[in-house]
This record gives sequence, C-alpha cells and structure tokens, in this order.
Amino acid sequence: MEEKEFTAASFYRLLDHKKLMGSRCKRCEGLFLPPRPFCGQCLGGEMEWFQFSGRGKLVSYSVVRVGTTSYEAKGYSRDNPYCWGVVQLDEGSRISALLLGADPSRPDSIKIEQPVEVVFPDKGAEEGERNPITFRFT
Amino acid sequence: MVRRTKRLARGVAVIGAGMSYFGAFKEKDSRDLFVEAFQETLETVQRGFDPREIEAIYVGNLSGDCFEGQAHIAPLMAEWVGLNPRPATRTEDACASSGVALREGIIAVASGLYDIVLVSGVEVMNKLSTAQVTDTLAAAADALYEVPVGATFPSLYAQIATAHMAKYGTTEEQFMKIGIKNHANGALNPKAHFNVSIRDVMNSRIAKAKERGGPIPSWTDEIEFLKDPSANPVVAWPMKLFDCSPITDGAACAILVAEEIARNFTDTLIHIIGTGQASDAQSLHGREDITSLKAAKLAAEQAYEMAGVTPKDIQLAEVHDCFTIAEVLATEDLGFFKPGQGSKAAEEGGTARDGGKPINTSGGLKAKGHPVGATGVGQVVEIWEQMSGHAGPRQVPGVTLALSHNVGASGSTVTVHIFERR
Repeated sequence: MEEKEFTAASFYRLLDHKKLMGSRCKRCEGLFLPPRPFCGQCLGGEMEWFQFSGRGKLVSYSVVRVGTTSYEAKGYSRDNPYCWGVVQLDEGSRISALLLGADPSRPDSIKIEQPVEVVFPDKGAEEGERNPITFRFT
Repeated sequence: MVRRTKRLARGVAVIGAGMSYFGAFKEKDSRDLFVEAFQETLETVQRGFDPREIEAIYVGNLSGDCFEGQAHIAPLMAEWVGLNPRPATRTEDACASSGVALREGIIAVASGLYDIVLVSGVEVMNKLSTAQVTDTLAAAADALYEVPVGATFPSLYAQIATAHMAKYGTTEEQFMKIGIKNHANGALNPKAHFNVSIRDVMNSRIAKAKERGGPIPSWTDEIEFLKDPSANPVVAWPMKLFDCSPITDGAACAILVAEEIARNFTDTLIHIIGTGQASDAQSLHGREDITSLKAAKLAAEQAYEMAGVTPKDIQLAEVHDCFTIAEVLATEDLGFFKPGQGSKAAEEGGTARDGGKPINTSGGLKAKGHPVGATGVGQVVEIWEQMSGHAGPRQVPGVTLALSHNVGASGSTVTVHIFERR
C-alpha cells in the first residue's frame, strides 16, 4: 500500500483509484470506514488498511430539493433534486454516500435495506476538489 | 474506575430569565438583541437586581464568525451590557451552544468559584442568504464525509426520519401534526418568530388568493394545506417547509445564583436539580442506530439520576424540535414515550398544552424560532415563565418539575436539564 497515512486525503486518493478503503485495528479488529489513524474502539493498537467490497444495504436516505451551494452549482435544484443516504457495508461499518438510480419524483419507492453498491469516479478529482463517495441501487 | 453518582457540590437556582423578540431583523445585530434579552432578564428578578453583582458571563454562539463576520463574541456581549472586565466565555457546540453555556454556568457556581453568573446565547442568522445559512449550518456536520455527499441539516434529519418511518411506521402526517401543535403554541407567544397558527397561515393565503382574484385553494383543514406541495414544498424529503424550524435572529439570558443566596433576590426559586451532557459521533454513519439519539438518552439518564426523578414525574418539557422528527425522537429518548410511540402520542394530543405531557408550550424551535446559539437558554426562558406563572395565555397550571433538552447538530452533543420550583 503506497498510502501511509489513514487520512481523508489518502481515502479520497484511493477512491479515485477505484478502491474503497477503510482501516482495521490489528489488536481488536475494529473496522473503520472512513479510515482512522487511531482505534476508537480499544483506544490503542496499530491500524492497517482494509479494502471493502463496496456492497451493502441502505440504512436511510433523503431526496434533497434545497441543497448546499456546491450542489446547486453542479446544477441540482428544486426541480432537479439529488439523493444521498447512509449505507451499511457488508463487512460492517457505515458510510454516507450520494445515491444514483433513485426516482426522485417517488421518494417513497426507495426502500430501506435495499442493496446498493459503490460507483467509483470516472476520473480523478480536480486540484482542490474531491469526488464524493457514490453508491447506486443494484 | 469507580463510578459514582454525579452531583453538584452545591445547589444552583435560576432567579430570572428573559429573551429578545425572536424573528428576522434586518436592522439588528447580535449586540442589540443581546441587550434586549439582558434588560428583560433584569426585570424578571422579583426583588430587583444590580447587574454589577454578576461575576462571569457565558455566551452560547454557533457561528457569529460566518453569520455576522464576528468571532470572539463573549467579551463583546459583556461590553455591550457593561460587564467588562468580568470573564466572558463563548461556548460552541452547534445548536446546543447555549445548553452548554447553561451547564458551564451551573458547574461554575456549584464549584464555589462564583456565586452569580449570567448564562446566555445569541445568534443573528438573517444577514446571510438562505443558501449561505444552509452552508454555515452544514459545517456542524462532518465536513470531510457528510457535506461532500450533499448533506444539509434538513437532509440529515430526513435520514433519521426515513429510518424511523421504516422501523416504526411513523408517517408524514404525524410529522405535520407536531408542526400544527407547535404553531398553535407559538400563536400564544408574543415573542415567537411565527406568532401564528397553521390554520391562520392557511386562511390568510386563501384570503390573499381571493383578493388577487386568482384560483382559490380548496384546503379545508391544516392537513390538506400541509399536503399541498405548493403550500408546503419538500426541502429534503420527507422533511417539508413546515417540518423545519425557521432561520431566526434572537438572544436569551438567565441569571444563576448559589442556592444559599437565592432568597435575597426572589421568592420564585427555580432550582436546577439535574444536568446531563453527552457526545456522539459527528456523522450519522458513525452511529450504530439513527432511530434515536444515544447522546440524548445518556444526557437524560445523567440528569434524571442527579435529580432523583423519573420521566413520568416531568410535568412540562421544552425539547429540541429543529425538525418535527426531532421532537418525536426527543420524547422517546427522554423516556416520555416508548421507542416508536412518540409520534402516535403527539397525534393523540398527549403533548399538547392540555395533554398529559405538554411539550414545547413556547411554540418550540418550529414556531418560536431557532436562533441556533440562543436556543438552549431560550428554552430556560419558557420554563422560567411557566414555573413563575408568567406564561400568559399558554400557562400550564401548577408546573413544579420541568425539563429542557438541547441538541447540537444531528445529535453529536445533547444537554438535558431538570428544574424544580420549590
């Protein structure tokens, strides 16, 4: 593993290289996504990188019609909403993700526990930007 | 590690509390609203009070930095009410900033360091556009892993709502009924941002449509009005405009004193008999369960244990309804209702002013307004008014035990306080 530090910078760089990476405590096997440099579970131990399969199920979601300014700048709006949710990974641990493939006009058609999978970015992020963690319904 | 029951080293009482008008004020800055709240607070002390007796000041404020370009707000507020050179400390824990100011003030008096302190909160949010406010508040979520996927506060609470709906069958209509109840209370609170019931909002829109000669809406009751997306648009499904607390400017203050000197100032003694505070993962994805707030349960547990009372004993509560789903969670986390039963209890009127457990008689954050850093102490003002018999048309008779519950962000900070009138 070329990335040494368990930081957000490493995480997003690895995501651009089509890897969903968390960290695992060598002592208590506590699993962290996103990765952490310190085990919040046993408060000690050395961390190692852990690759997630990218498959999981939906814990919660929302269809956002009034977004952040950066999402509005990307073209999302009241008439073109986006959807994000919390995903439970098959290996354990949870992550927030932008969700593709939902019908925003029928938010109640989205079901909790629906299977989802990671979508890796097509290209690396621009300087100073980050590709958001993205999942889609399978 | 020995775990012992936490208790205060000496008793602490509230001898007065007051607030500015809550609303959207183009021509007022935080210092102006703070002065209003301070002046009213002094007037509430029964036997009068010389403000020079205040020994320290705690000010809750989420982001004067971004909202007004004003950091380091505590000594400035102290200056504006003539309290320099006393120590002035800002507390920031998102929307629980002044719940934490209250707790720090309690701890300071209980420790014996001070006998008299001012606890307060202030926030002026309407200098920014709605989009800028959304971004500023979103900074209280996880900036590295939630904000980049498009998280906004309405959509964070919407996550909690969809999880709660899936687990317990909670409905959008039940959320609407909480909004209706809180607006009905706000209509009786002259200081509320929305001093108006949803029925009145609906009727005034109908009247306006008639005036314009346009098509007249067919709403026959509040639920029909709230189900109409033209009247109540989705912000972040399932949270709609009338599920969300407004963007509010306001300030609130309370004076805390050591119990042993409280009778010098007033016969209306409101003792703080329980305080609790807990933290949790900043992000929703960092928590095992999002259908309740673990930090709220833990803070409540601490406060109940210290006070020696149970949820059943609480006669009135001001809870953090930044969104309607948040009130459902609050009433469940505080043990008033079983998990999954909070919305049903509200629907049946159990949390109305004349219900078994009156919740948010002030109008709550929904109608009274949510000047984020002022909310925690704002809740104390309602409890003060209710317990001292100054709540006017919204007075609940004979309240001797009340509780306040203040949440920071999506639940990563929660404070709970229990008040007793003796």
